[in-house]
Order: sequence, then C-alpha cells, then structure tokens
Amino acid sequence: MTVNEALFNYCLRLGDNSLILSHRLSEWTGKAPILEEDLAITNIALDKLGQARFLLQYAAQLEGKGKTEDDLAYKRSEREFYNSLLVEQPNGDFSFTMARQLLNDVFDFFLYEELTKSTNEPLASLAAKSLKEIKYHLRHCSEWIIRLGDGTEESHSRIQNSLNELWAYTGELFEMNEIDSVLIKENSVPDVSKLKPKWNNMLCEIFEKATLKKPEDGFMHTGSRKGIHSEYLGFILAEMQYLPRAYPSATW
Amino acid sequence: MSKEKQWPLWEVFIQSKTGLPYKHAGSVHAPDAEMALQNARDTYTRRGEGNSIWVVPSDAIIASNPADAESFYEPSNDKIYRHPTFYVMPEGAKHI
Amino acid sequence: MEKKNPEDSFQVKIDAEEKIEPKDWMPDEYRRNLIRQISQHAHSEVIGMQPEGNWITRAPSLRAKAVLLAKIQDEGGHGLYLYSACETLGISRDELIEQLHSGKAKYSSIFNYPTLTWADIGAVGWLVDGAAIVNQVSLQRTSYGPYSRAMIRICKEESFHQRQGYEIMANMAKGTAEQKQMAQDALNRWWWPSLMMFGPHDTESAHSAKSMKWKIKRESNDELRQRFIDKTVQQAEVIGLSIPDPDLKWNEQRKHYDFGKINWEEFTNVLNGNGPCNKQRMANHIQAHQNGKWVREAAIAYAEKQKNKKVPA
Repeated sequence: MTVNEALFNYCLRLGDNSLILSHRLSEWTGKAPILEEDLAITNIALDKLGQARFLLQYAAQLEGKGKTEDDLAYKRSEREFYNSLLVEQPNGDFSFTMARQLLNDVFDFFLYEELTKSTNEPLASLAAKSLKEIKYHLRHCSEWIIRLGDGTEESHSRIQNSLNELWAYTGELFEMNEIDSVLIKENSVPDVSKLKPKWNNMLCEIFEKATLKKPEDGFMHTGSRKGIHSEYLGFILAEMQYLPRAYPSATW
Repeated sequence: MSKEKQWPLWEVFIQSKTGLPYKHAGSVHAPDAEMALQNARDTYTRRGEGNSIWVVPSDAIIASNPADAESFYEPSNDKIYRHPTFYVMPEGAKHI
Repeated sequence: MEKKNPEDSFQVKIDAEEKIEPKDWMPDEYRRNLIRQISQHAHSEVIGMQPEGNWITRAPSLRAKAVLLAKIQDEGGHGLYLYSACETLGISRDELIEQLHSGKAKYSSIFNYPTLTWADIGAVGWLVDGAAIVNQVSLQRTSYGPYSRAMIRICKEESFHQRQGYEIMANMAKGTAEQKQMAQDALNRWWWPSLMMFGPHDTESAHSAKSMKWKIKRESNDELRQRFIDKTVQQAEVIGLSIPDPDLKWNEQRKHYDFGKINWEEFTNVLNGNGPCNKQRMANHIQAHQNGKWVREAAIAYAEKQKNKKVPA
C-alpha cells in the first residue's frame, strides 16, 4: 500500500466517522428535551459535517480520479464505509446519544490533539481547527453526563445502562491496520493504541463526577476497519443517498 | 402527576469585541450557570457575534419603575453645564 | 389638574411611535393580544422545523445538508427569541407550550402541509420564508419593545433563508426534465397556502383593527399579501416557472398584480385541524416534550444538589 493510498483510506475513516455521527445527531432536530438543547445538538452536527466535508474533499483529491466530496458521500456502498460501529448506533434516548458522543469525543480529543502534530500539512491544519470544536462538544456532553449521572434515580440508571451497552463498541476505536502502519512510519498519524490510557483516565474522571461506574471491559465488537458494519448503516445510506442514486444525471 | 418545575430564565449579555460594552442579547432557560453559559453560546453566537458572554439569573436583575421616570431622569435634563457644548471658547483656541 | 386616563396616555405614546417596555403600564387586552400573536409566531417557528427537518437526512449534497441544518437551527433560535419576548409579558414558556399542546394557541397553518419532494424544501424557503419575511420586516416596527428587538434580529438572520430556497428552485428548474417538473409541482402546491399565510381579508380579520390601532401590527393582511405577490411573480419568471393562477395579471391602474380567489374553505379546514399533517405535527411535538421530561428533571435535581452542597445546613 502506498502512502497516498493509505492517506486516502485514513481520510475516509475519519471523514465517514464525522459524516455518520453528524447524520445521527441531525435526526434529533426538533426532538431535543428543550429548545436550547436542539440548537446545541445542531451545532455539533454542523461541526461534524464541516469536518466530514473537508476530509472527503481531501480524500477525493488524494484519489485523483476527479471525484467530489459528494461522490464519496453519496456513491459509495455499505462495504466501502469505514466509520466506527459506535457512531452508527441509533440515537436511543437522550442518555444514549450523550454516552455515544462522550465515548467518541474523548477519543477524538486525543486523536486530533496528536494529529495537529502530523507531518501531513492538510491533516494537521484540519486537526487544529477541529480540535477547538471537539473541545466544546466534549465540554457539552460531559456536563450532560454529569447531570444525568448525578441527577435523578431514573436519569442515573438510564445513563449507566447506555454506557454499559455502548462500551462493547469502544474496543474498535483503538484498532489499527496496514493503513496505520504505513502512516505512522511517515509521522502522519499517531499510534492510537497509545491513546488508550489517557482515554481511560479522562473517562474515569468524568464518571467519578457523575457518580457512574466505568463499564467492565468484556467482549468488543469489531469490523468497521474492513467495512463490515451493523445493519444500521445500510439504512442510514439508503436514506442519505436516495436522491443522487435515484436521479444519477441530476445536479442539485 | 406533579407539575414539572421549569428551568430558570437567564439574561444573556454579549461582548462582540474586546473593549466594547456588553449588550443585552436575549434570554435562555438553563438549569444552572454552566449550562446557561453553553445555551447562551449556542443560541446567541451562531454568527460570530461573540467574544465574551455574561449570563445573569433574570430574577437577579433589579429594574427601575417606569412610574419613577420623571423623578429619576428629568432632573438631569436642565443640567446642561454637564455637556462640553455649554462652554464658550475664545476664538482661535486650539486642542480644548 | 385633570387626571389622565392611563389608556389615553398609552395611546398617546403609541401614536408618538414610542416603544412600550415590559414594566410600562399597558391595557390588559394589549397584553393578551401580544401574547397571542408572539406565541403564535414562536410556535410557528418551532413547528416549522418539522416539515423541513423531514429532509435533512435526505439532502442531495453535503452543502445542501449543511445549509438546511443551519436554516432549521435558525428557526429554532427564532422560536427561542420569540418565547423570550413573550415571557417578558408575564407568562412562562411552560405555559406557552401547554397552550400549544391543548390547542388553545395556534401556529401558522402552512406547516400542516407535507414536504413531499426535495423541491418542496426549495418552495418552502422561497415562498413560505418569503411570505414570512414580508410580514416580519413590517413587524420590526411593532410597538412592543422586546417583540420589535426580536424581529430585528430575526430579519437579519433570515435574509439567507429565502435565497437558499430560491437557489434550490432555480437549480431544479434548469435541471433535468424530472427536476423541472418537481419544481413546478412544488410551486403549484405551495403557492396558494403561502398566500393564505397572511390571514383572512382585512374585512374578515377578527383581531386586525385593535392590533393596528395599538401598532402591534403595522400593515394589514391584504397590503402584505399584495406586496408578496408583486415581488414573487418576477422571481418565478426569471427561473421559468409559472404561478398556478390563471387570473394573475398586472393591473396598470393599481400598479399591482390582480390575482384569483383564495380558497378560504381550505384555509378554515386546515386551521380547524383537518390539514394533511396537523395531527402528526402536534403528536411529534408532544412526544418530544414528554420524552425530554426526565432529562429536564435530572438537570434540575442536579442543580439543587449542587446548591445544597454550597450552603451547609
């Protein structure tokens, strides 16, 4: 695998993550617990969409086949998407969405912090811009985790259950493959396995404030690095890609 | 079913650039100060309007009574000597 | 000295174009009228998020998706500004939402129509926002200070909304035959309901006279409707779509377009709950509000615990 191919695939991985999470968050529009939170969730969805667009544009450029961000978002199939299983999980209740966001954001925070040091200039500058956004997302969702954890009995059990259920999707975040080895050699991307202790520590601090228990490490789902997903992704794509697929000769 | 307790109301003041005064932007509901700050940020600074935010519990604001307007504000109307234009400067004097 | 009737001095202020502020004396009916109008306006913004939200996950390009998300977020923000303005009149947001759910408060009937194709997102932005803007620009001069300030902020932010919709329509109108047909179909379905947004004719309007006297409303339903028609006809011509009204023609004497009869029976029907989406819109809002209850309660419970920690008993 050439460096260019590896970089292309890496950008798809990050871009798909942002795109699919943005999609899930956008499903909250008009449904949040209070109007103020509706605006907050949409802000996160918009940031994620912005990150996805940058990454898919860059990926298209690396691929060099004259494609656009939209070709990559709308014309790839289920097996060609590389987002984590975590972000494609359905929204569930508000606690489930916040738990998913927290697990993802803490990881993204450390990943993007490392990426700001990338020798690859476009990645480094994207990471610098995105890191500011991620810091705010992390602040927002961790404050919610604390309120839900230390709120009422009902909210405590809901958020604890959500975390327990989602925990099995966190192992995958730290998985690496040939793409990573090629790019680590170039100092373009970090070795994510080294991020795990920091990720653990930050989560533990938040859980403590929230009076929550860290879920037990157990069986971990895997597959997205090979483009093997849950059944949910197919429906996300069916919805998202419907217009460009149904009217291939149209521009909008 | 017991009646749900509403989140308190907070008044939001935004400074658009350092050095400028804070200006009232509107209000938000929030359960506490941290969330009030975040809700104010997400509601009132979506177009780069903000550099800094104050949030104040709405019930902490003491407003003057419109019925007092005459006794509060009119007495200052005839104190025109508080304005620089009151004074006659000799012709030719500069930088004053 | 003659003691002045407060209602007379109130009207003197209104006539002098002075704004009324929350703590000023105001007639009860002025307050009630304002609460009715501002809350209806706020509810419309919030319920209006649904027909457009219907297409976020299906927007045909990432750019279109970002624009639509930002636009719907604005609607939510505008609802929030308006709820805030309404709360200065001594009613809480909870009460306002309760009135919406019980059916006591209304929202604009236009949002009871479905968005069937992507072209509807264009039509909603171009026509529905276009009509709303005509009304809102006029309301910037409303006599109640907090309402006027909210409207000024809203008008500033809304200026991209209509352009976003018109751009979608323009692109589709010059696209494939199927796209053009979708665009024309959307215009056909949204044109008349958009004209109804301005409300009944002046002679039939229940609240108009008082609202005009108190300058809550600054221009009449018919004046605003005419202004909207006059500016929209040309925009349709530019992109090659035709307005579905055989009686539409320029009247050189009036210097306005004449237009056909509005189907007020349809208007009343939708207003009375029989539009295609009335039940769905309300059920969604009630459900979201109920689903959020435990979250709102948790946040209050946490805040109270924190307060108690700070003040040892």
